[in-house]
Amino acid sequence: MRLLDRGFSPAPPLARLARACPQSGGVASYVGTVRSEGVLALELQHYPPLTLPGMENLAVAAVERFGLDGLLVWHRVGMLRPASPIVLAAAAARHRRQALDAVEYLMDHLKSAAWFWKRERRADGWHWIEPRAEDFSALDRWT
Amino acid sequence: MSVRVLFLGPLRDLAGRGESEFVSASGDLDWPELLAVLESQVTPALADAVRDLRVKLAINGAVVADREAVVVRDGDEIALLPPVSGG
Repeated sequence: MRLLDRGFSPAPPLARLARACPQSGGVASYVGTVRSEGVLALELQHYPPLTLPGMENLAVAAVERFGLDGLLVWHRVGMLRPASPIVLAAAAARHRRQALDAVEYLMDHLKSAAWFWKRERRADGWHWIEPRAEDFSALDRWT
Repeated sequence: MSVRVLFLGPLRDLAGRGESEFVSASGDLDWPELLAVLESQVTPALADAVRDLRVKLAINGAVVADREAVVVRDGDEIALLPPVSGG
């Protein structure tokens, strides 16, 4: 679990996860990037006492639920440019289904419940992003 | 006593700043008193936004379950947390 205030490349941490989990049958991953259409910049704000501890709790829950060999979540904060990575979520497990489901579980929870506030700069100025109803309903499949 | 209040997300725009330090001659603050301080020392619009039940409160880094029952003491850091945008 890491919060980064500078850009990152997903490949090195993914390779490290794979190396750290030689017993796994595979690594599933998701990389979220800043949308390019109409978005000039994205700012991600967090609250340090809550954001990283919340992500760590989520990681513990995911490891237990899916029996993972390893997982990682890297998340940007601060100012981001279009097309740059916002989040990398990856899970290593014995079987494909566990790894893929774990990544979806991580992303569904990050999208709806993680302590981040986002605003986008478009041509007409800054806009705060509110969570979408789909982001909350996505959680239902895990209950 | 003095408390530090942080305004997260859109509340920062309403407050016109990311945080404020409030000094009060009286003792501990309860929830209505904290709202009154925001109203008089920042802006009524901020106090109104914070009345939204979706705005959560953390004291010294821990989210408070029942914000109406909160007691703010000297040296506390209060974070006002509007609905998250997600990661």
